[in-house]
Amino acid sequence: MLCYFLQIMKKQFSLILFAIFFSSNVFAALEVTISQGKVEPTPIAITDFFGSSDKAIKGGETLREIISNNLSNSGLFYTVDEDLYIQSDNLVDKIPRFEDWKIIKAQFLLSGDVKYSNNTYTVRIRLYDVFAGQEIKAVKMSIPNLELIRRLGHKISDLVYERITGERGYFDTRIVYISEVGPLNQRVKRLAIMDQDGHPNSHQFLTNGKNLVLTPRFAPNNQTITYMEYENNIPRVYIYNLKTGVREIVGDFPGMTFAPRFSPDSQKIVMSFSDPKTANTEIYLMDLNTRTIERLTNDPGIDTSPSFSPDGKKIVFNSDRAGYPQLYIMDANGKNIKRISRGKGVYGNPVWSPRGDQIAFTKLTQKLFHIGIMDITGLNERVVVKDFSLESPAWSPNGRYLIYHRQNRSKEDGTGGQTSIHFIDITGFNERKIQTPRDGSDPAWSPLL
Amino acid sequence: MLKKLFIIIFSGLILTSCAGQKNVTGGGSIAAGSQEDLIVNVGDRVFFEYDSFEITVDGQSTLDAQIAWLNQYSEVDITIEGHADERGTREYNLALGAKRANTVYNYLMDAGIANTRMNTVSFGKERPEVVGSTDSAWSQNRRSVTTVTK
Repeated sequence: MLCYFLQIMKKQFSLILFAIFFSSNVFAALEVTISQGKVEPTPIAITDFFGSSDKAIKGGETLREIISNNLSNSGLFYTVDEDLYIQSDNLVDKIPRFEDWKIIKAQFLLSGDVKYSNNTYTVRIRLYDVFAGQEIKAVKMSIPNLELIRRLGHKISDLVYERITGERGYFDTRIVYISEVGPLNQRVKRLAIMDQDGHPNSHQFLTNGKNLVLTPRFAPNNQTITYMEYENNIPRVYIYNLKTGVREIVGDFPGMTFAPRFSPDSQKIVMSFSDPKTANTEIYLMDLNTRTIERLTNDPGIDTSPSFSPDGKKIVFNSDRAGYPQLYIMDANGKNIKRISRGKGVYGNPVWSPRGDQIAFTKLTQKLFHIGIMDITGLNERVVVKDFSLESPAWSPNGRYLIYHRQNRSKEDGTGGQTSIHFIDITGFNERKIQTPRDGSDPAWSPLL
Repeated sequence: MLKKLFIIIFSGLILTSCAGQKNVTGGGSIAAGSQEDLIVNVGDRVFFEYDSFEITVDGQSTLDAQIAWLNQYSEVDITIEGHADERGTREYNLALGAKRANTVYNYLMDAGIANTRMNTVSFGKERPEVVGSTDSAWSQNRRSVTTVTK
C-alpha cells in the first residue's frame, strides 16, 4: 500500500488532508474532450456516509448531499437513486459486492464514514470502479469544526471528479458577483460572494449598497478582488482585500478607471482609463508593487475590457478602432495589435481561457446577445448560448464551464429586467441557474482554493 | 440620492405634462438658475444615435440654449452625465458614456463656458431614464444630462 501524507495549510482555513491510499493500478479515465458534443452523464452510487455519533451522522449527511449535488451539477455524473441500492453496508473498510452495484448500473461507487471526537471531524472516503471491480481512490481528511464542512465536501467532490475525468476539479471555488435590487433606474448594487454552488449558507455581502459597484474579478492568488466603485460620483477601480475587508483605490488617475483584471501573477492590474480631457479610453497597466503605470494602447477609438492570457504574455481586448466593437490581441507591452474577431456583429467582454487556447466573448447580432468561444486566432467561433441579453462570461478554473448573467426584457411599467447568474458547459449543454438571494450580475470565478 | 430621485420624478412629470407645448414659462415655483429651471425652460439633455457620440442638430440647439442659460447664471456649476442604452456591454458603455459627456463638455467649453464650472461622469447603462426594452426607451436613454451641482 502506497502511503501519502499531504498537508494543506491555508492562512484562512486549516484543512488537513490525509490521502492514505492511491491505487497504482492502471485505470481508464472517462474520456472528456471539449470538442465533443453532449456527454452522457456517468452513473455513480454514493452510499450513506456512516457516522459514529449524532454529530458525525449529521456531518455525513451534509457531505453526501454536497458531493452528490456537485457531481450532478457538473453534467458529467448522475447519482443513482438510493432506493435501488442492494448493499447497505459501510464500504470504507469492506470490499463491496460489485455484482450488487453492477446490477443497478452504477459505474462508480463512493462510500464514506465520519468520526467526531475532540472537536474534530474525521472523514474517510473510498471510491470504486464497479465494472473493473477495484478501488481507485481512498482518502482520509479532518476538519476542526463544522464551519468547514462545505469546503470539505467540495474538496472530496474535486478528488472524485479529478480521479474519474482526468481533468482538474472546480468545486472548491467561490463566485464573486454583483447583487442587485430595486427599480431599474435606481438599482442598488452590492459586492457579494458565495461558494460555486450558490449555497445560501456560503453567501455573504461585501459592500453595503451605498455606492454603485460593478465588474468584480478575483486575483489569481485568491487574496483580493478588483472591481469598480462610484465614490462621490467618481468611478474608479478598487482592490478589496478578502481577508481584512479593506478596500484600496488603484492608481491616482484624474478620471474614470474601469474594466480591471489582474495579471496571472496577481502583481499587476490591467484596466481602462478614460482621459477627462479627451474622453479617449485607453488600456493601462499598473504594477501594484512599484505603483508604476504603463499605457498600452494609443488610438482614438475605445479600447477596453482587457484580459490577460494565462502565461501573462498577451492581452485580449475590445476596441471600436475599426468602426464598431471587435476583439483584438496584443503583446502585454501593447505591441503587435491584431484583430481576431471576424464575424458580423458587435463583439465585447473577451476573456482568455485558463487553458490558454480559447477566448470567451459576447456578440450582439440579429438583436440577440450570444456568448461564444473562439480560438485565440479568431477561428472556430462557436455559440455557447444566446438570448435577449447575456453578459460577463467567466471561465471555471478548469476551463470546461462558463458562468455569465442574463437579463430579462423590461417593460415601460418598470416590471421585468431581472438579472440572474447561470452556469453552462462550453459545449452549450447543461445550462443551470445559480441561485442568489437577490438578482445577480457580473459573476467572476475564483481559482481553485 | 433623494434630491436626485426628486429631480428624476419631477423631470418625468414635466415631460409627461408638457408634451405638445414647448414653451413653458417658469411660474412662481421654479427658482431661476436651478435644475428645474434648466429642465423646464432650456432642456437638460441631448440624445444620441446608437453607438454614437456625435451631437445631432437637435442636440446643438439644446446645447446653445444651455450656453445662453449658463452665461446668464454664471454662478452655476454643472456636471455632465453621459449615458448609454442597455444594448452594449457594461464596460464599452462606460467608455461610450464618457465620450458623450465629453463631447458636450467640449461643445460648451468651445462656446466660452469655463472648464472650472464643469465636470463629467459616465454612468454607462447603469441609470436609464426610461425603463423598457424598446427602441423608444433606448433612444431616450442614449443621452447626456446636464445637472446643476452648485
